[in-house]
Amino acid sequence: MTAVTTPPKKQAQRGRPGQSSPKLAYLPIIFLAFAIGVPLLIIVVYSFLEKPSQGTGVKWVFTLENYKALFIQEKLDGTTALDTRYIKVLWTSFYYSLLTTVVTLVLSIPVAMWIATRDARKRNLLVALVTLPFWISILIRTYGMRQIVADEGPIGKFLGIFNIEWSILYSPPATILGLIYVFLPFMILPIYASAERFDFRLAEAAYDLGAKRMTVVRRVILPSIRPGVISGIALVFIPALGSFLQSDMLGGGKTNMVANVIANNFGQARNWPFGSALAVLLIVLTLLFVLIMQGAAQRRGDKVELV
Amino acid sequence: MSEKYLEIRNITKVFQTPEGGEVRALDDVTLDIASGEFFILLGPSGCGKTTLLRSIAGLEYPDSGEIILQGERIDDKPPYDRPVNTVFQSYALFPHMTVGDNIAFGLEMENVDKDEVAKRVEEALEQVQLAGYAKRMPSQLSGGQQQRVALARALAKKPKVLLLDEPLSALDLKLRRGMQVELKRLQRETGITFVFVTHDQEEAMSMGDRIAVFSQGKIVQLDTPVEVYRRPVNAYVADFIGETNLIKGTVVSGGISLPGGNVLPTDQLAADSVIPASGDVTVAIRPEDLVLATNGMISGTVRDVIFTGDSVRVHVTVGDVEVIASLASYGTEIPEQGSKVTLNPEHRAARTVAS
Repeated sequence: MTAVTTPPKKQAQRGRPGQSSPKLAYLPIIFLAFAIGVPLLIIVVYSFLEKPSQGTGVKWVFTLENYKALFIQEKLDGTTALDTRYIKVLWTSFYYSLLTTVVTLVLSIPVAMWIATRDARKRNLLVALVTLPFWISILIRTYGMRQIVADEGPIGKFLGIFNIEWSILYSPPATILGLIYVFLPFMILPIYASAERFDFRLAEAAYDLGAKRMTVVRRVILPSIRPGVISGIALVFIPALGSFLQSDMLGGGKTNMVANVIANNFGQARNWPFGSALAVLLIVLTLLFVLIMQGAAQRRGDKVELV
Repeated sequence: MSEKYLEIRNITKVFQTPEGGEVRALDDVTLDIASGEFFILLGPSGCGKTTLLRSIAGLEYPDSGEIILQGERIDDKPPYDRPVNTVFQSYALFPHMTVGDNIAFGLEMENVDKDEVAKRVEEALEQVQLAGYAKRMPSQLSGGQQQRVALARALAKKPKVLLLDEPLSALDLKLRRGMQVELKRLQRETGITFVFVTHDQEEAMSMGDRIAVFSQGKIVQLDTPVEVYRRPVNAYVADFIGETNLIKGTVVSGGISLPGGNVLPTDQLAADSVIPASGDVTVAIRPEDLVLATNGMISGTVRDVIFTGDSVRVHVTVGDVEVIASLASYGTEIPEQGSKVTLNPEHRAARTVAS
């Protein structure tokens, strides 16, 4: 035993093991700030500018007309009236996204719970199967979907045997079906991540205390997987609100969602300022939704961070 | 204790192992538990004691046999239809509910009215000395407190049988001792029949009215703690309950020949020891039943001396075996390591046991 002991070094000087230098984070942060911030700034600025009399782009004159045009229509005789076209488009998008979220949620909970209760090897395989669609381009998958739901596709042919008419392509049901198909994995995966951590001994305890099957699900299992459910809702609802491929390819452009209208204004309609204003409105509504979700999550004391 | 309250009749449960083999967790187990009894299922891990407990709870369904509570078969009922409740080893408190809601959960399942629920939650918390903790979350409590909540949650249901699955195994020694006393008190006060699973023989002896010692899915011995300790039916029980020197010997005229040329006279063995006319036998002697003596019956060489405070444990090499004697800390001359000593069995507590 030696009497000499070295005093412990100050922790702050060295930093904890595994803690990397904050300097390494600067570059990605700068990149992300540019990649998100600059386009966002452009959109916001454009939304307050005038449309040039000819061609695309913007005229650098400040105006609020674009926002006014979202809700108010100017008639030929100079009078104004409420324009519900864009509100309707927003409502349609909201409605489709909500329906997609609800359906994927209802489908995902049993699937996630089932996967979570398999043994480790099977679990990995099943999770890999859920992520399998990510290996194929969404464009190709949506084309595939078009073949499947087509009047003369496999479903149509099968139902034809029973003389049931099947004609949903280029109509809202096809759009919604496409949305559900594309977003299902985004709902299953976060719920599975929560379900996998669920301690099934809690379910046993609930049975033991007199709870029947559905009560165990409702009062013990669902609250435990709530963080996954909230993440899943956010991961499905927000992108679904801004999706445009499904309504374009499966809805046949007849069932416009807000993203289609925005794209159209930047394309054929050549009205960048108006498209920008609509985009800003969509972003604001989305943010509002995120804040509501986060508020709900925080009230429950769940550890879910969406923003 | 002959009154039939909870009857276990010929319960067998076989598990399939992932390798394709079979494990008989319970092998034709039959036993009766009396009303108001503190009954212990004791054995090493994998002996079937937990499977029996889970079968009573309804979390496991036996392959064959019957479980009868107050004359009514319960083994075919789901867990929520059985008037029994479990305190789990992992506590299994619902993490998203407050302590009060955890306890209320079971009562709500019985459709007890709101005021009554609140009253019984408060009562249950008082019983486990956690009055005023109803609003806390389980994560804010210590392990010992969580354990009490789990107990309160089960007790609030006023079960006909309370099943406890190694409830104290996660607690440190001091806390465990305290809880043992408290559980015993609770059981006395509530009069509820307790079936308590443990692998800790000391816990079993200090708490149980009766102990069922399990080995490989079968009950080896069922008796009071004193009987199980004093009269183990075989070497397994003798070794598992408390500490025992198991010394192999041969029957000779007038006694048993032990290693190292020692002979233990028959009149030194417990009166009810079964001694065959000839052949090999195993002698069981508790360390505390051995004393140092001048010219004792068992001679050997001191290999180690370990002072534990309340006793001195002397490891003595006798022939080719090691014998441990636990001597009183005071009033004993502590022998030197390497010295020759002789030991005598006391109280006629040494006995032959079936191996």
